Amino acid sequence: MRVRLDPGLCQGHGRCYELAPDVFGEDDEGYGTVLGDGVVPPGAEQGAKRAVANCPERAIAFEAEG
Amino acid sequence: MGDERFADDYRRKRPPGAHSEVVTGPVSDWATDFSHLDPEWAADPYPIQDELRQRCPVAHTERFGGAWLPTRYEDVAAVAYDTDTFTSRAIVMSNFRPSPDLAPIGPTPPISSDPPFHHDARKLLLPAFTRSAVARLEDATRAYCHTLIDEFEGRGDVDAARDYAQHIPVRVIADMLGFPPEDGPRFREFVETVLEGVNLPPAERLAKMDKLFDYLLQQIHDHLENPRDDLTTYLLNAELYGSKLAPAHVSGTMALLLIAGIDTTWSAIGASLWHLAGTPRDRERLVAEPSLIPTAVEEFLRAYAPVTMARLVREDTRWRGVDLRADDWVLLSFPAANRDPAQFDRADEVVIDREVNRHAAFGLGIHRCVGSHLARMEMRVALEVWLERVPSFELADPAAVTWSGGQVRGPRTLPVRIG
Repeated sequence: MRVRLDPGLCQGHGRCYELAPDVFGEDDEGYGTVLGDGVVPPGAEQGAKRAVANCPERAIAFEAEG
Repeated sequence: MGDERFADDYRRKRPPGAHSEVVTGPVSDWATDFSHLDPEWAADPYPIQDELRQRCPVAHTERFGGAWLPTRYEDVAAVAYDTDTFTSRAIVMSNFRPSPDLAPIGPTPPISSDPPFHHDARKLLLPAFTRSAVARLEDATRAYCHTLIDEFEGRGDVDAARDYAQHIPVRVIADMLGFPPEDGPRFREFVETVLEGVNLPPAERLAKMDKLFDYLLQQIHDHLENPRDDLTTYLLNAELYGSKLAPAHVSGTMALLLIAGIDTTWSAIGASLWHLAGTPRDRERLVAEPSLIPTAVEEFLRAYAPVTMARLVREDTRWRGVDLRADDWVLLSFPAANRDPAQFDRADEVVIDREVNRHAAFGLGIHRCVGSHLARMEMRVALEVWLERVPSFELADPAAVTWSGGQVRGPRTLPVRIG
């Protein structure tokens, strides 16, 4: 399971790094970032799903691996 | 002191705007004569919005010189994203349309600015309002909430809006801007001027606005003489495109931060407490399960979104089956969008553990509320402290609750029984 974030859509609502802090981070202006390579670490799947489901701008999504 | 920008009264150079006729009186038909100042709307706008969404999703009024009210989530989002068709030159609907010559800054940048200037002006503010930056204000906010509750000692009834909710954002934003905390009562007067005085004759409204800017100018001079680590000094020193900000940019941004930071959050905290006072099941659950408070905060933001924004139509356009004229207002009702059943399951119910909640309380697109992380922190802390200290409370007199009308809606009188 891997996430991606579209910086052209992100407006810095911060729902992703609030709900899935192991998957998303914030930059110096509050915009969301994907931590590492975006692969969701074990145990963080639920948070990642909630983050994707709660982004008001639909800026984040899961993508197929490989 | 050595800053010529504020040496003379730069405001005299303000280009004149356009005035429209003041229309008062009760609404005759919500689809063709709506007014967000009507007492029925202030008391309970949701049934009106629900009916419009089904019957006439883009309502109209001749008041305020002509205005439109989309009520579907999809339409509100479309307006928010389309900054070409809809300009942010003015964002509070009144009978005064500021001159286009104020562009690109507008009266209160960056909320009153359009791209591309908007992006650069907003960038100056973002670092001070990230989640990490506002986390540093949490301990002081929590301590202040406790002192407000300490004042309840020995009282059976308190006003959750006047004695609690309203003080929290006033104190937080005064600290951030570096204004004296004892000036709080004046800020509340400024908020009323800007947001509730929208149907005053334009000359009267502008005179009241001048008082706000007189105050800000006084603070600017104080900060020029005594620079300190706060947002006012930061704005005075900030640079854009290689030079310091225009004086109207500095004071306009200060006005925005002061006004937008206060009654929005006050309304959100008050509406949450109003809901909990009248819904024992939700109150008891949050007292027992404080870790659910952040999720509940999102639901309170959805169901009781305090803020409606406005835009002006840039040029005559056919849109969603209606003919928009240049300089018509469009209200961006995030409250109506947040209760659209096409977007939310059980849209008309408050579900405090709602897991999927893509609400638009802080707006959508490039004008996302710059203070959203601050507002969320204040709401969470205000509710945590209240529920810890006052776990049991109820509405003392439901009929005595009053709500503000206009573009920011929240309880202004909220008597609750705590003893």
